[in-house]
Amino acid sequence: MSDFVRGLKCRLCGKAYPKQPLNYCEDDFGPLEVDYDYAAIKESIHRGKIEMRPFNMWRYRELLPIDGEPTVGPLVGGTPLVKAHRLAEALGVANLWIKNDAVNFPTLSFKDRVVSVALSKACEFGFTTVGCASTGNLANSVAANAAQAGLNTYIFVPSDLETAKIIGTTVYGAKLIAVKGTYDDVNRLCSQVADRYNWGLVNVNLRPFYAEGSKTFGFEIAEQLGWRTPQHVVSPMAGGSLIGKIHKAFDELYKVGLLSRDPKGNVKIYGAQATGCNPITAGIKAGQDSHRPVRKPNTIAKSLAIGDPADGYFAIKVMRETGGCGEDVSDKEIAEAMLLLAQTEGIFAETAGGVTLAVTQKLIAQGKIPRDEEIVICITGNGLKTQDAIAGIVEQPVVIRPNIDDFAAVLDGKREPVLV
Amino acid sequence: MRQHADGQASVDLPGANVQQVLDALGAKFPNIVGRIFEAGQVRRFVNIYLNDEDIRYLDNLQSATKDGDVVAIIPAVAGG
Repeated sequence: MSDFVRGLKCRLCGKAYPKQPLNYCEDDFGPLEVDYDYAAIKESIHRGKIEMRPFNMWRYRELLPIDGEPTVGPLVGGTPLVKAHRLAEALGVANLWIKNDAVNFPTLSFKDRVVSVALSKACEFGFTTVGCASTGNLANSVAANAAQAGLNTYIFVPSDLETAKIIGTTVYGAKLIAVKGTYDDVNRLCSQVADRYNWGLVNVNLRPFYAEGSKTFGFEIAEQLGWRTPQHVVSPMAGGSLIGKIHKAFDELYKVGLLSRDPKGNVKIYGAQATGCNPITAGIKAGQDSHRPVRKPNTIAKSLAIGDPADGYFAIKVMRETGGCGEDVSDKEIAEAMLLLAQTEGIFAETAGGVTLAVTQKLIAQGKIPRDEEIVICITGNGLKTQDAIAGIVEQPVVIRPNIDDFAAVLDGKREPVLV
Repeated sequence: MRQHADGQASVDLPGANVQQVLDALGAKFPNIVGRIFEAGQVRRFVNIYLNDEDIRYLDNLQSATKDGDVVAIIPAVAGG
């Protein structure tokens, strides 16, 4: 299948570039974005055609920037959209769904979506070494998908990352470089690495292609709702890219005739951050056009701890233009929301999921999201990777002898839980 | 940007602060100025670092420089 990509285009000045591993415009440093021939896509795609295909992210491949079949991550995506009855009751709302990428394949976060596009593209461009700057989930995903593709891998992370995310990277044989500094330090270093070495860094020189993978999160939401958009979507924000791509996904589906109702004016998009790293929500709340960089992020939501988000400006634009807004929550609220989600829906989300749910609760309490309208909460990562964050607040097991009376005493409330 | 700096990736420049260093760069390679600045402000998607620290966390363009310091101009559209 031929692709429908005309090339790359600067998001600021519109300057066109041929398809290549390049993330910024040489005139104004604006981000480059994939430029599609939507008229041609509209001619070649329809709901029935998509529905015939396997339920993974590649069923929308006309709207993804790869040539031919994907060579990396052919089974990524196709995660559940859960109708969350018990959580809805707890929040006092009528209609609530969880888009659950905590169970995305293979590395349990939405990052597998972006990585499969980026590494398929890396192979097309002929790169044999790939890498990324990461807060953890991306590291896991690049390492796993690159291992399967047989690529050499260098991954750069802040040195204070959770153990699970470190082991979940090195297990795949990736070379992990732990940088003493913040994510923004890591990111800047990676821009310099990309400049010096001829490598495919997924979120640096491959970023225009990489970012397109996030759209499939939005495509799936719309298709799973029966080819329509919800009224409210709450998304976590780290670099601020996903929230924009969900919006773009809805917009594109309408543009190519897969949605019958224009999402414009009908779906509000909200961004969630931790108060300990809230450059984007602070920016929108202060009425600014762009984010306010945070030098030293300090939150348990490490996967969202990007102090200087590349897409902060665009994230604010999306929230504002759709009629949504941004909000942030404390570490305590994050941990409590992780428990609430687990105990009402059986979904163990990572700290970022706690951020998104806690922000949703706050927006409902503030009256910004009406209780009788349709809400989708975006869960992007798995709680098994961030267990430390809630280890201190989950109930401890009760220890007994292997004796039926001991157990009966526990049931009768005569025995207190003891710490193990 | 190198195409506007005779293909060089780095150049030695004088200046007591970042602004002066960038002015010196602009004096040498006039085509570079418009790519870094717009209406006197550093463009939205350009980050400037002094010895690996973002100048927005220092004293911005007034951040003092001394002999041997490294000023880096790096695209901001990465990561996430």
